[in-house]
Amino acid sequence: MQSFVDRYSTTSAVSQLRKVQRLAEEDDEYSDATWGSGAGFGNIMKGSPAFTVPNVPDPTSFLRLHTDDRADPSCRIKIQHGTTTLAFRFQGGVIVAVDSRATAGSYIASGTVKKVIEINPYLLGTMAGGAADCQYWETYLGMHCRLHELRNRERISVSAASKYLSNLVYSYKGMGLSMGTMICGWDKTGPAVFYVDSDGTRLKGDLFSVGSGSTFAYGVLDQGYRWDLTDEEAQELGRRSIYAAGHRDAFSGNTCNLYHVKEDGWKFIGNYDISQMHYEGPGNVPGAPGGGYGYDQRVVGRSSANPPEVVAAAAA
Amino acid sequence: MQYSFIEPPWRPRKGYLIMAADTTAARSIVKMKVDEDKIKTLSPHLLMAYSGEPGKSLSLKDPRDTVQFAEYVERNIRLYQIRNLYPLRPAAAASWIRRALADSIRSRKPYVVNLLLGGYDTATHEPHLYWVDYLGTMTEVPFAAHGYGAYFALSLLDRYHNPEATLEEGLETLKRCLDEVSKRLVVSPSKYKVKIVDKDGVREIEL
Repeated sequence: MQSFVDRYSTTSAVSQLRKVQRLAEEDDEYSDATWGSGAGFGNIMKGSPAFTVPNVPDPTSFLRLHTDDRADPSCRIKIQHGTTTLAFRFQGGVIVAVDSRATAGSYIASGTVKKVIEINPYLLGTMAGGAADCQYWETYLGMHCRLHELRNRERISVSAASKYLSNLVYSYKGMGLSMGTMICGWDKTGPAVFYVDSDGTRLKGDLFSVGSGSTFAYGVLDQGYRWDLTDEEAQELGRRSIYAAGHRDAFSGNTCNLYHVKEDGWKFIGNYDISQMHYEGPGNVPGAPGGGYGYDQRVVGRSSANPPEVVAAAAA
Repeated sequence: MQYSFIEPPWRPRKGYLIMAADTTAARSIVKMKVDEDKIKTLSPHLLMAYSGEPGKSLSLKDPRDTVQFAEYVERNIRLYQIRNLYPLRPAAAASWIRRALADSIRSRKPYVVNLLLGGYDTATHEPHLYWVDYLGTMTEVPFAAHGYGAYFALSLLDRYHNPEATLEEGLETLKRCLDEVSKRLVVSPSKYKVKIVDKDGVREIEL
């Protein structure tokens, strides 16, 4: 039924895309230069890219057939899901912190993934959801941000860049894209963070966390967050929050990558091993309290017993 | 369907334990009651908070289940006290309850109940907290939570819990947990009951 509808309807995502592809093939003399900005007119033909879809009646269910590992653990394509990423805005810029674990089902596929994509010296994107989807489309976004610069002789705003991405993923809605990302950077308006996901949601905000470990990160992040955090305090909060998620969430962990965006662009602060943070702390870095983050490390030697005076004296 | 959040109870410190649970009893999307007490006082120095397993299907998770089991435990702990003239200590009570759940899960119609058992051991002057789930898993912990709230509260407690905190500091940390849950959880409960057990026994407080 679905395929029948798709073939004859004029509004479904699949038929729209097919139409666009047909038009694009016919219309070769079409020039980008006409519009100035590729993103400007919401022209899905050239302004936003078209993509090859499997040549079957219902591409959506075709993809689902081969990727749905919950329904079918033996499926051919496993999509990376578990993750913790966070970004927040504060007085001193934007902090971006992510973990580095890639899982496929219950298997840890890698522990050294770069989940922050350096779009350009002023823009960072984070990866959660499908690793390939995020990597490809955010790199692709970087390309278009550069084209925007060349065409308009000025850097793209964080707002515009994130909207470009959200419009792009929206045009593929229902076709199996899976990404939850934060586009972070510094533009004319100051520090900015936007949350964009593959449903097409785009939110401007001060503080976001995305991924399976996000609830654990939020627990620490919300309680320690203030607008007037110092740079050191903010970096420590990002690190500590990713540690919390790496510790509690089975699908997050290994290491934490920390970035700080300021007026003159982003700076990579460091890579911190989560086990090492648990037992010894992040090392000699500004803002760190000294000692491990782990509960047992933190409260070592402390007791909640309440022996009465006499008993205490007798024991001594 | 019952959304229960036994919120961050735990919190032994210098000889006390705080336990908190939300007070809503819901069926499907409807709140049936807003002042339900989900923390039973099992003995003068023993508290038990109970909830269903979040996300279990309706047929498996009759809210009466949790209450039935809690009352069964309550009566048996009381019976022990009458027969022996002294109450079970927290560790012994926890073992008994765990066994009851372990037997239940292997029966035709298991109880789907998660518990937090907190008590003050008058012999050693130590507060104890046990995390118990419906499968019969039991573990002693410094802090614990069941339900959706656990996803937010546990990382927070990893960071802020202090075994030597004063009662005021302890309640402040509890407040942090409840505030975080209200801030981030879509179906967050509005009211909580908070109980404390220490050397003087059980008492309820207003937050």
